[in-house]
Amino acid sequence: MTSLATIEVYVFILAGFVGFMVITRVPPLLHTPLMSATNAISAISLVGSLVAAGSDRNQVSTILGFVAVISATINAVGGFIITDRMLKMFKREPAPAPGEKAP
Amino acid sequence: MNARELLIQAAYLTASVLFILGLRSLTKADTARRGMQQAALGMVIAVVGTLLHHEIVSFGWILTGLVIGSAIGYPLGVYVPMTAMPQRIAISHVFGALAATLVGVAEYYTHLRDGLPLPAPLMAALGFEVVFGALTVSGSFMAFSKLQELIPGRPLTYRGQNLANISLFVMTMGIFGYLLFHPTAAQLFYVMVGLAFLFGILLVLPIGGADMPVVISLMNSYAGLASAATGFAIGNNVLIIAGALDGASGFILSVVMSKAMNRSFGNVLFGAFGSVVASGTGKTAEGLTVREISAEDAAVQLAYARSVIVVPGYGLAVAQAQHAVRELADLIERRGGEVKYAIHPVAGRMPGHMNVLLAEANVPYDRLVEMDEINGQFPQADVALVIGANDVVNPAARNDPASPIYGMPILNVDQAQKIIVMKRSMNPGFAGIENELFYNEKTSMLFGDAKQSLTRLVTEVKSL
Repeated sequence: MTSLATIEVYVFILAGFVGFMVITRVPPLLHTPLMSATNAISAISLVGSLVAAGSDRNQVSTILGFVAVISATINAVGGFIITDRMLKMFKREPAPAPGEKAP
Repeated sequence: MNARELLIQAAYLTASVLFILGLRSLTKADTARRGMQQAALGMVIAVVGTLLHHEIVSFGWILTGLVIGSAIGYPLGVYVPMTAMPQRIAISHVFGALAATLVGVAEYYTHLRDGLPLPAPLMAALGFEVVFGALTVSGSFMAFSKLQELIPGRPLTYRGQNLANISLFVMTMGIFGYLLFHPTAAQLFYVMVGLAFLFGILLVLPIGGADMPVVISLMNSYAGLASAATGFAIGNNVLIIAGALDGASGFILSVVMSKAMNRSFGNVLFGAFGSVVASGTGKTAEGLTVREISAEDAAVQLAYARSVIVVPGYGLAVAQAQHAVRELADLIERRGGEVKYAIHPVAGRMPGHMNVLLAEANVPYDRLVEMDEINGQFPQADVALVIGANDVVNPAARNDPASPIYGMPILNVDQAQKIIVMKRSMNPGFAGIENELFYNEKTSMLFGDAKQSLTRLVTEVKSL
């Protein structure tokens, strides 16, 4: 138990470190998509919800798990769709058409 | 480790890698979309992997839940307009944190019921999970209600508020500490969940609309930490990784946002958001006059300008004027002028709010310029067009030590050759402080709804 817990703490700290390194480089331009993206990614708690809902341990666990599956799925599905919808909108300036002078 | 277990772990590892690559892709607008699609694939892989889990024996509830969740999540992803994005993000934190909290409660209940051991590390993970989870559920719901204007957006304060909040927090943590040593005290566990829920409400109560960027970022971080705690509680690494990424991201955004408002992070954490407003004793407007400008005259100034900097604020989002401003910019550019947009980090109600709105109106992202970069360009601008922004352009932040917003980094709009401010009325902005920019001799005010005014400007410029 202790050694397993230790490994988990390592994973947490290192992942947090990776997150820190990566996310400080995300430009303010994309801060809103970043929020919806991390939100969609943290809908991975769906994994825990599925186990609670489907392992037939007791009724309370099943019902709570069921509601948790619904909430997490809302975020997983809605979160990735809306992130994609936002990122689709960010376009670079089109190359100046022939005959038009560049700014 | 049998083959099935190996497969599940491989799925989780793949998902973790795809998540990190997805976030890395967000460092560039060109690569972002594909990277996030890969991250979505990672999510699917993780879910399929989980369904192989030997503990999962009945699929009825799971499938029903997945179907209902998708049926609600799909329209929330496809149809919510960009102007409603802050409340959309806030409500998604409610869902994420709710899932984590419920899993935590289910896990605790099952352990207690089946007489399974609850060693201190497990209890600590469960405690963090439900405390962060519950306070994020209620706190984010409060933020959602304020943004959706179900309840007043202004700060709700009362005497001894901070003391009440701190004691509630200390009480919650006290119970948490007790549970680490007496994990079977079930009633206390549920009391703790209830107190954390209440704390979330009280934490956001005194926070006004303009401070929402910090709150949303903070809730983003808490939702992530709740997910990570779930991972510790059920021994699942992909949850720990995704939660840590989310936690780090929300934390970084909160720091960026509080810096942009010149608030210390401690000030933010302890929810003393309302106090700055209360102590507001900036300069007043007595004896000063503003110059009003007609749409015709403003149109002439804009039409013959060689360089225009648009400064959008929350007023642009409220009036949903992003398409109108793009139309005006197109006309100016067709006449040979150059239009850029100056984006203050806390303009709007969430990090990056203005960028998303303007991108929706097809403004190319190279025209959206960050504060530090654009500030040097204001002296060369013929016209600065301020649309529904107030505190982020208030020169008092630079030169009036008595002002409550003194020290906050601002856009140097007052250095432009001419300034046109579009505003609904002369009411002061959120912070309740007079803005001396409006009384600057280079400034003219164009009163009215931003969208209507912009539409009038478009008509006038066309007729020139």
